[in-house]
Amino acid sequence: MTPSNQHDEKKPFPWHVVFFLGPGLLIYVVFSVYPLLDTLVLSLYNEQQGQSHFVGLQNFITLITDDTWSQAFWNALGNNFQFFAIHMLVQNPIGLLLAVLLSSPKLRLSGTYRTLIFMPTMLSVVIIGFVWQLLLSPIWGISEDFLYSIGLGQYFDAWLGKESSALITLAFISVWQFVGIPMMLIYATLLNIPDDIVDASVVDGANSLQTFWHIKLPLILPTIAMVSILTFVANFNAFELIYAVKGALAGPNFSTDLMGTFFYRTFFGFQLQQGSASMGAAVATLMFLIILVGVMLFLFFIQRRIQRFQF
Amino acid sequence: MKLFSRLMPSSGMRQVPKSVTVHAVLLAYTVIALFPIIVVVINAFKERRAIFRDPLGLPDSDSFTLMGFEQVLLRSDFGLYSWNSLVVTILAVGLVLLLGAMAAWALTEYKFKGNLLITFLFAMGIMIPIRLGTVSILSLMVSLDLVNTLTALVLVYIAQGLPLAVYILSEFVRTIPKELTEAARCDSVSEYKIFFCIILPLLKPAMATVAVFTMIPIWNDLWFPLILAPGEETRTITLGVQQFVGQYVTDWNSVLSALTLAIVPVLILYTIFSRQLIRGLTSGAVK
Repeated sequence: MTPSNQHDEKKPFPWHVVFFLGPGLLIYVVFSVYPLLDTLVLSLYNEQQGQSHFVGLQNFITLITDDTWSQAFWNALGNNFQFFAIHMLVQNPIGLLLAVLLSSPKLRLSGTYRTLIFMPTMLSVVIIGFVWQLLLSPIWGISEDFLYSIGLGQYFDAWLGKESSALITLAFISVWQFVGIPMMLIYATLLNIPDDIVDASVVDGANSLQTFWHIKLPLILPTIAMVSILTFVANFNAFELIYAVKGALAGPNFSTDLMGTFFYRTFFGFQLQQGSASMGAAVATLMFLIILVGVMLFLFFIQRRIQRFQF
Repeated sequence: MKLFSRLMPSSGMRQVPKSVTVHAVLLAYTVIALFPIIVVVINAFKERRAIFRDPLGLPDSDSFTLMGFEQVLLRSDFGLYSWNSLVVTILAVGLVLLLGAMAAWALTEYKFKGNLLITFLFAMGIMIPIRLGTVSILSLMVSLDLVNTLTALVLVYIAQGLPLAVYILSEFVRTIPKELTEAARCDSVSEYKIFFCIILPLLKPAMATVAVFTMIPIWNDLWFPLILAPGEETRTITLGVQQFVGQYVTDWNSVLSALTLAIVPVLILYTIFSRQLIRGLTSGAVK
């Protein structure tokens, strides 16, 4: 039993704090914080024939400028930004639209719609990748038949197999799966807007579009900003969808390569190229910096400029 | 909102078509969301010829077959994979909840040196994906001799789940009235008893939310099973399906059945827990 009042308690060593905090902190530090820091350090070394020596920023210079590396690196980075842009331009607006519709007053079945639309988000990205690979397959022809039935048959193509369209198609598959997240988060914020604010604007003569634009939209901007940063982190960390559908080589001709698949190939090697832990660490470090910059921009720039409202 | 409809001049007239439009859009999107999944599931029960001849038709007495499922169960160890996923997920989520609640309690209740630093350290983990440390995690697991064990996965998933758990549970601990613990301390109840007998039961609703958020990424993860535990004995369901589909890609019956076997249990669980999940999402727990 510990002493009965707090004044006495400060004197003995606070074993209970160690007991409560210790196990969780230990696992977190050993398997998350330490590996991350170790990766950052490792990226400054070069490993060859089991020997590692300090090379400073040489790995990064190689990645960014060397002929064999830089092309793959810039390709993956560019693709990743394209992947992110499609999510921002398609996923979040659709999510917003669905959230607004779901929050219409006295909407029947809104719970059912919500549950069903969110369903794909629950499934593994790997499973979703395979499902769409089958649906878009020219061998099975479901999509082709569907397009013919609505008179757009001539536009069908093996989208996943073409260099020009594979990445965009994969981005759309990802959008299809994750549209539920912006929908749900924005919907929650919309529900929290007090009726009196909306009613007041109506009394002032605003129509529903004006109410949305001037009253609701500013109130959900913080949520949209949060959704954006979640999307950013998830996109620059994406791997499973590409790996499931296209394999580690991110074909055709690396056109679907993202930072995640590039990292995997660099670390484990592929075809003739040997895997390298230090180069892998360098790629991971660059991903870390990209994500860090994104999160910082969000925290210090966007978050601060958005007025925060207390509900 | 009542006021809204009363003040709109022609609202009585326009209400019906407007709600019809809303339903039409939502229904259309629901179909888009479910169609691919339904197509895969219904074709898993059909013969190869029927899959190609009439992909949208339901299986009838002529075309119905369980051949695909038999092939999947024969050629791969789906039972084992599911068991592995279950063990990893339950252990990891259970420990995230327990250790996360303990850490959240320590960080919010007690003042000590380094409190702020540790809180910040956990907060960083919400945004920085643990995957970026994979190179070092792998070499760490090699030196601990944990490669190809479920323990490796459980440890990594605990580290992955803790930051968000600590954050959500800390927010929740702050709402617990101080009088409760002060009263217990006056009655010389030990700090351990205060936590396990008073605080932990109060944290249950928040823990349910954390459990759902932690569970989904673990169950669906491919990255760490692929890198840390790719062996046949320790394969999780997501990795098992990925490998199986990659191997038998031309056998449509088997592929469709394998996907169905991976989809259906998740959807059943989702249907059971969707209220909990959606309440968690919409209560603003992840802001």
